[in-house]
Formats: sequence, C-alpha cells, structure tokens
Amino acid sequence: MKLDLILRVVIKLFLPFILLFALYVQFHGELGPGGGFQAGVIVAGTFILYAIMFGAHAAKRIVPQRLVELMVPLGVLIFAGTGAAAQAFGGNFLDYAVFSHDPPHGRELGIFLVEVGVLITVSGTMIAIFYAFTGRGRS
Amino acid sequence: MALLTLLAAVTVGVVRMRNLFGVVVLASIYSFLMASLFVALDAVDVAMTEAAVGAGVSTVVLLATLHLTGSMEYPRPRKAYLPLFVAFVTGAALVWGTFSLPPFGTADAPIHQHVAPRYLSESIKETLVPNVVTAVLADYRGYDTLGEATVVFTAGIGVMLLLRGRRRQSAGRTREEHGP
Repeated sequence: MKLDLILRVVIKLFLPFILLFALYVQFHGELGPGGGFQAGVIVAGTFILYAIMFGAHAAKRIVPQRLVELMVPLGVLIFAGTGAAAQAFGGNFLDYAVFSHDPPHGRELGIFLVEVGVLITVSGTMIAIFYAFTGRGRS
Repeated sequence: MALLTLLAAVTVGVVRMRNLFGVVVLASIYSFLMASLFVALDAVDVAMTEAAVGAGVSTVVLLATLHLTGSMEYPRPRKAYLPLFVAFVTGAALVWGTFSLPPFGTADAPIHQHVAPRYLSESIKETLVPNVVTAVLADYRGYDTLGEATVVFTAGIGVMLLLRGRRRQSAGRTREEHGP
C-alpha cells in the first residue's frame, strides 16, 4: 500500500486536468477535433482511473451505479428527443434548423444538444461496463 | 512505415504469446501504435477514441476479465490449418482489392466528388460550426450518429444484463449451498 504513494499523489493531481480536458474536447468540439464520443470516453477513463487507484467503492461514492445506469438510456433519449423536438417545431426528424429563427443558429444548438446526449451515453456505458466487470469478484 | 513495422511485430507477439496478461499489455501497445498512426494520418478524432477506448478502457476491462478467469492460455491441441488458410485467402482478397483504389490522398478520388465539396464549402454558413467533422457527424449525418449512440447503448445494456443478472443468480445459489 505504501509503495504506490507516488502513483496516488500523481493521479490525484492529474484527475482534474483529465476531466478538464474532456470538457474541453466536448465543448471545443465545434472548433477543434473532438466531440461527444471522444469526451465521453475520456470522462469514463477519468473515473475508471480513479476506481483502479482508490477502489471501486470510492468511485461508486462519486458516481453511483444507479446514476451511471441511468445515464446509458438518458443520452440516447436526449439525442432522439432533440430529433423529436425538431419535429414538434415543424421540421423533419433531426432537422435542427427550426430551433431558431435563424436556421444556422438552430443547427448550432441542435449539434450542441446532440453532442451532450452522445457524451452522456458513452461515458455512462463505459463506466457501467467497468462496474459490471469489477462487481463480479472471484467466486 | 516504422509504425507499421512495429504494428506487425506486436501482432506477431500477440499471436505467439501464451501468457494472456502479456497479450493484454501488447494489445494496449497495439492500440497506442494505431492511435499514433491515426495522428500521422491527420485523423485526430479517431486517434483520441482509439487511445482512450482501445488502450485505456478495454485494457482495464480485459484485465478485470483475466482477474476472474486466470491468465494462462491452454496449449492448442492441434495445428489449425483451415483457419490459417481462410485468414490468408481473406487477407489476399483485401490486398487485391486495394489495387483498384485510387492512390492515397488524391483530391479527385470519387469519394471527394460526391457530397464532400458541398460540406466543405457550405457547412460553416449553414451550421456556424467551424469543425466540418462535427457538422457532418451531428447534423448532416445525424441519423448515423443516432444509430451509433444506440449501438453504444445496446452494448451497455447487454453487458449489464449478462453480468449483473448472473451475479445475483450465483449469489442466490451460494446462499442455497451454504444454507442450513
């Protein structure tokens, strides 16, 4: 336990920056490389790293299993809901142009919402798979 | 070229190694090499995903699996010539298929003639999103991306159904075994 002190300290220092980088990839995805998928796996990687170092119980206190499993369908619902909302506004499914009087602004908003949905589903699924594997234990 | 040589070397290592822990580590290295290759090909998005999923998350999941199953592969009972033959023929067909592809990176290849010019010239005006990749993924090809998200969702649900459900059952069985 004492031997991994350096690892623990370094990881604790790194975690906020990894999470910040994930947010950067998410919200900067319109300008630079990246987007929901990439940000989602980086978010998941952050929490999995935390779980490896400090144990799955500590990680489950931050992101409970129920929350993670809720995130899996929630993201898809946000994505599909954005599409359905476009229909409700009078456009086609996933045609974001109707969200605003100025069609390009509507598209920008639609892309943002859809990317948020992707982020939630991808990060939720990755952490849920990790929890499912670690929760088994050797019996 | 150096990257491709390393990839081939790692692949041979993965095939020949009997210790599954080493195989997992080598597979992780393989993913990192792939990510570097994607960066060299200017596909930074794919490189990020490959580095995070291929080298990071899947390695962790595989290690968790090894923890459950044990890490030595049983020696194979006999040489498998038929799978080798099938793999060789498939590989040869794929290499043969590349001969009729246009040279790498040419601007007048058919794939760059269809809708790509319109995306490149109109996407900023139509979506106000400077990154064309994001605009194509989330807007023009929104259905495809919704499908991808659904695939990820389905995979997660499947893993949860398989692993979480069985755990409860086996817990019940052990309780029966150890019960009065």
